[in-house]
Amino acid sequence: MLGLFVVYPAYYTARLAFYKSGYLYDFTNYVGLQNFRDLFQDKDFVDVSHFPPSGALINNIRWIIFYVPLCLILGLALAVLTIRVRYESAVKSIIFIPMAIAATAVGVIWLLVYSPNPDIGTLNAVIHALGGNPVSWLGQENTVNYALIIAYVWASTGFAMVVLSAALKGIPTEIIEAARVDGAGEWNIFRRIMLPMLSLPISIVSVWLFINVIKVFDIIYVMTDGGPGTSSRVIAYSMYKETFYNAFPGKGAAIAVIMLLFLIPVMILNIRRFKSERVMT
Amino acid sequence: MVRWITRSPVHIVLLAIAALWLVPTVALLVTSFRPRDDALSTGWWHVFSSHLTLANYSEVIHTGGMGHAFLNSLYITIPATILPLALGAMAAYAFAWTRFPFRDTTFLLIVALMVVPVQTAFVPLLKFFRDHGHLNTEFYGIWLAHTAFGLPLAIFLFRNFFITLPRDLIEAARMDGASEFAVFRRVVIPLSVPALASFGIFQFLWVWNDLLMALIFVSDPSKQPMTVKITQLLSTYAQEFHLLAAASFLLMGVPLIVFFALQRYFVQGLLAGSVKS
Repeated sequence: MLGLFVVYPAYYTARLAFYKSGYLYDFTNYVGLQNFRDLFQDKDFVDVSHFPPSGALINNIRWIIFYVPLCLILGLALAVLTIRVRYESAVKSIIFIPMAIAATAVGVIWLLVYSPNPDIGTLNAVIHALGGNPVSWLGQENTVNYALIIAYVWASTGFAMVVLSAALKGIPTEIIEAARVDGAGEWNIFRRIMLPMLSLPISIVSVWLFINVIKVFDIIYVMTDGGPGTSSRVIAYSMYKETFYNAFPGKGAAIAVIMLLFLIPVMILNIRRFKSERVMT
Repeated sequence: MVRWITRSPVHIVLLAIAALWLVPTVALLVTSFRPRDDALSTGWWHVFSSHLTLANYSEVIHTGGMGHAFLNSLYITIPATILPLALGAMAAYAFAWTRFPFRDTTFLLIVALMVVPVQTAFVPLLKFFRDHGHLNTEFYGIWLAHTAFGLPLAIFLFRNFFITLPRDLIEAARMDGASEFAVFRRVVIPLSVPALASFGIFQFLWVWNDLLMALIFVSDPSKQPMTVKITQLLSTYAQEFHLLAAASFLLMGVPLIVFFALQRYFVQGLLAGSVKS
């Protein structure tokens, strides 16, 4: 079953990336690397001719630069802070709840936050109350990607927090107590004991966030449909559009291959981790 | 000892973040109960000046098609959860407790398959479904697609859980003449409820919340789940947040109930799924 529905399709798609196929999705009209060449000359996919660069691939890089560290830092800060208060589980539940919410609904929730109408949109109401002018966060090219990233950070931070918090509790208290007795300040304890001991869980969370970036689609489809224009497209979105709207399955297949290439390091990492665990048991 | 942080800033920061995390959802929840005229003219924070109503829910359920879409979501999600659960458990049993050629190599391949993005399967699967009795106009297509992409994770998790079961127990059952299937059903499954529950919840949420695969593999409009329906409502009612809000909470309701009822399994399930793409 896996062979028929996962392995063979992946092979089929990889092969299709070298054909200029029509709606029948067949292997006629071999074009070699032409689909990949087209893709990298497509201004909607990658455009480095101006600053800041734009295009779907560039947007994924933008997501990696902002979304991954923001989730990590917030998750880590919440893990470290919640441990010190008695209402820890209540705060953690609140932060974690968005993990249960479909990205489709997350999109609607944040459409209301970002609504350009200051009588309705939460964020613009706050700005208006402070004397500022309302901003169309999703309607202009220079803010739309960051607005989407923040909405998704809201949805994903809970995961980072829960993993890091569990790992933090696994650090033996004697180590931290001993450091305190030796006169280490809280910042040093965090930097020199907690951070190094959390390196494995941090890498696990980073990989998860990275996978999220490569496949992010639903929230963009719901909130902006890739717009305004094509400014908030990502590779998963372009793959969908090229294949099912523009009827360029070969180009879509080329994007799917690029997505797979991004994820192959994760594949290797998983296999390595699995093998090393097996040595220990 | 000088503390770099005193107590009160910690409380303030935490409460501020918690509020920040709660407000967007609460705003939508409030909006879902506000009458149309109020929701179109004033913000959700005027909640106390409007009388709250369930009219939006009944409107999206009856005229908006969300009631039908809710049932479709169930029809899609339940088989698409049970199938990989059952097949995955059986395959994992074979990987954990029986011997066959290339067992370990095959298992490594399955570990690798966990990160294959669904995008690589869209076109070939759609073609396959089209060529074989239009499976995508029924629910079969989406069931098969979700099962195939849920299986690697299921096999991986279950196999890793099954090998931790005591060997003596399984050997003893075999000595008593139990068939492999009886060992699997009467010994392994009852002991593996936590692992099965974690994956079950993960897969349920994954399918329930999925938009992309439903867009592609459910081609009959009368069979579309709630996620797809909401995107259609968005294009019809772009600014009518009272309806969009009610529709969204119908979609969010089931996962939120699962979250509050089974919080421990819920978190474990999501952690377990973190290796998947």
